[in-house]
Amino acid sequence: MTSEVMASLKKDYIYNLMLKGKREDGRAFDEYRKITVQTNIIDKAEGSAKVCIGDTQVLVGVKLQVGAPFPDAPDEGVIITNLEMNPLASPDFEAGPPKEDAIEMARVTDRGIRESGAIDLNKLCITEGEEVWIVFIDVHVLNDDGNLQDASSLGAIAALMTTKIPASREGKGEDMMMPIKDIPVGVTLVDIGGELMVDPGLAEETVADSKLTIASNKDGSISAMQKTGEGMLTQEKLLKAVDIACAKAEEIREKYLLNI
Amino acid sequence: MKTENSNYVSINGQKFEIKNIIGESIMANKPEKFIDENGLRLDGRAVDEIRPMTIEIGVLSRADGSCYLEWGKNKILAAVYGPRELHPRRMQKPDEAIVRYRYNMAAFSVEERARPGPSRRSIEISKVSRDAFAPVIMTKYYPSAVIDVFAEVLQADAGTRTAAINAASIALADAGIPMKGLISACAVGKVDGQLVLDLNKEEDNYGNADLPIAMTQDGEISLLQMDGNLTKEEFKRALEMAKEGCKKILEIQKEALKKKFASREEVVESLVEIAEEKPDDVQKEIELIKEELETEEFDDLEEDVEQDIEEGIDVIVIKTDESDIEISEDEFTEFNEDDDLETDELEESDTLEVGEKI
Repeated sequence: MTSEVMASLKKDYIYNLMLKGKREDGRAFDEYRKITVQTNIIDKAEGSAKVCIGDTQVLVGVKLQVGAPFPDAPDEGVIITNLEMNPLASPDFEAGPPKEDAIEMARVTDRGIRESGAIDLNKLCITEGEEVWIVFIDVHVLNDDGNLQDASSLGAIAALMTTKIPASREGKGEDMMMPIKDIPVGVTLVDIGGELMVDPGLAEETVADSKLTIASNKDGSISAMQKTGEGMLTQEKLLKAVDIACAKAEEIREKYLLNI
Repeated sequence: MKTENSNYVSINGQKFEIKNIIGESIMANKPEKFIDENGLRLDGRAVDEIRPMTIEIGVLSRADGSCYLEWGKNKILAAVYGPRELHPRRMQKPDEAIVRYRYNMAAFSVEERARPGPSRRSIEISKVSRDAFAPVIMTKYYPSAVIDVFAEVLQADAGTRTAAINAASIALADAGIPMKGLISACAVGKVDGQLVLDLNKEEDNYGNADLPIAMTQDGEISLLQMDGNLTKEEFKRALEMAKEGCKKILEIQKEALKKKFASREEVVESLVEIAEEKPDDVQKEIELIKEELETEEFDDLEEDVEQDIEEGIDVIVIKTDESDIEISEDEFTEFNEDDDLETDELEESDTLEVGEKI
């Protein structure tokens, strides 16, 4: 309800700003808020990262366990991604099992990592058909000020890049770093009254007609996409969004991930 | 057959390693090539060809609208209930109806039994699919109400979410819910480095990309998901292919609706009209229509008409705006024999307005 009330009050305001080429916080349409990525902040986790985009805060922890592979991929490790919309992060969140928003966001994050081949899953095989490493990526939302999706994607890959596989602890040989092959970055755009804006703030996200997340890889190819919301997108707008997203992803990768 | 330990089974004294059995059967399923020298796919389709689709409308009597759709080996049943009152009341929207959608897979719809109840996958699909067709529904007409759409996958064979959206769109029309248009959906994928329209099971399992898309008749995109790997250039082409695919599906959807509604309703309307007039006028009417319809298809019909006139039976020939509709002799008799037809069918024709516009 809170968000609905805000939406009706803010929609006109944000729309009118858009007509003047402006955004609520003075950013350009293709400008992200300030991003910070801190890695290795939870010692107990095999890999971790805290990502802030503006006031949005997300903490991602990676844990590894030895388990059985899926029968259709006996020589591959397993990725399991979960996202918690913790009630401490927003007055709109409630405790309990993940709702559709959380599930969707976790699955889009998962697809970005999985489909880009970011993790070399074959190297996570211990004994074919019997034992493989299971990678648990747990995303904890700490503060929701919009664009949880990008924070979650960014946090997931950053945490994975710092993940050390605890092989000696489990008696499976020597410890090794997570075999990373690619660095996918998710970029979310919203369509507000026909204009595309990256990194929506909470209000922008609430009033947006539709939201589009595009995860792209080092070589500029696309590994995952998802449209959410009831708005429609034209073909031209979609192609424009892909161009913006790939360029932004490249920037973010360069600035925040390659130095990890 | 005896299980010695978890890794081996012995059959007739011979030992088999389980992982090999699994491994081989998996590899055996993967085709070497998805597209042959002639550019044809495993199921004989061209790269830009969709699987055959059949649509049946109004298959569930209790539902306000329903649709059974077969697309390749996919079998989907969709039902619409509503607009109806929404409980609990706090979920109601005072200025419009809310739309709910449930995509569900029957336990027996896939090779390995699916656990009943919502999975994370089906929850996500339900959400994005709802967003795909909700915007064309004119919800403002039904404040505080709910429109429930249920899609049940009875048999799955790649592309179930798009098939379910196509079925849901038709079921909504069947329910007489005002809509701005139909939604059509299909997927584009990549196999052997080549883009293909409407993936089949093998292509879906082993392909390099999957891009399900839903569109309005104006080509506006209301559902877009993607996983796999596509370059920007490929994405652009995939979008074009999806557009063509959706166009073809829209035609099939329109045809199905016309078949269900246009024929019955318009025949009935004219039947009533003419029956009200004097028998002499019927003759005049027929002459009039005959002049209008000087087409080959109607040659047979004309003979029937003349024969029927001689026998003194009321006859009706209809012309719609766009196309001529053939009416079989059986249908004539059916209408003539049905005494209560006028009142019953008339009421129904009032509610059919929406289907007609589409």
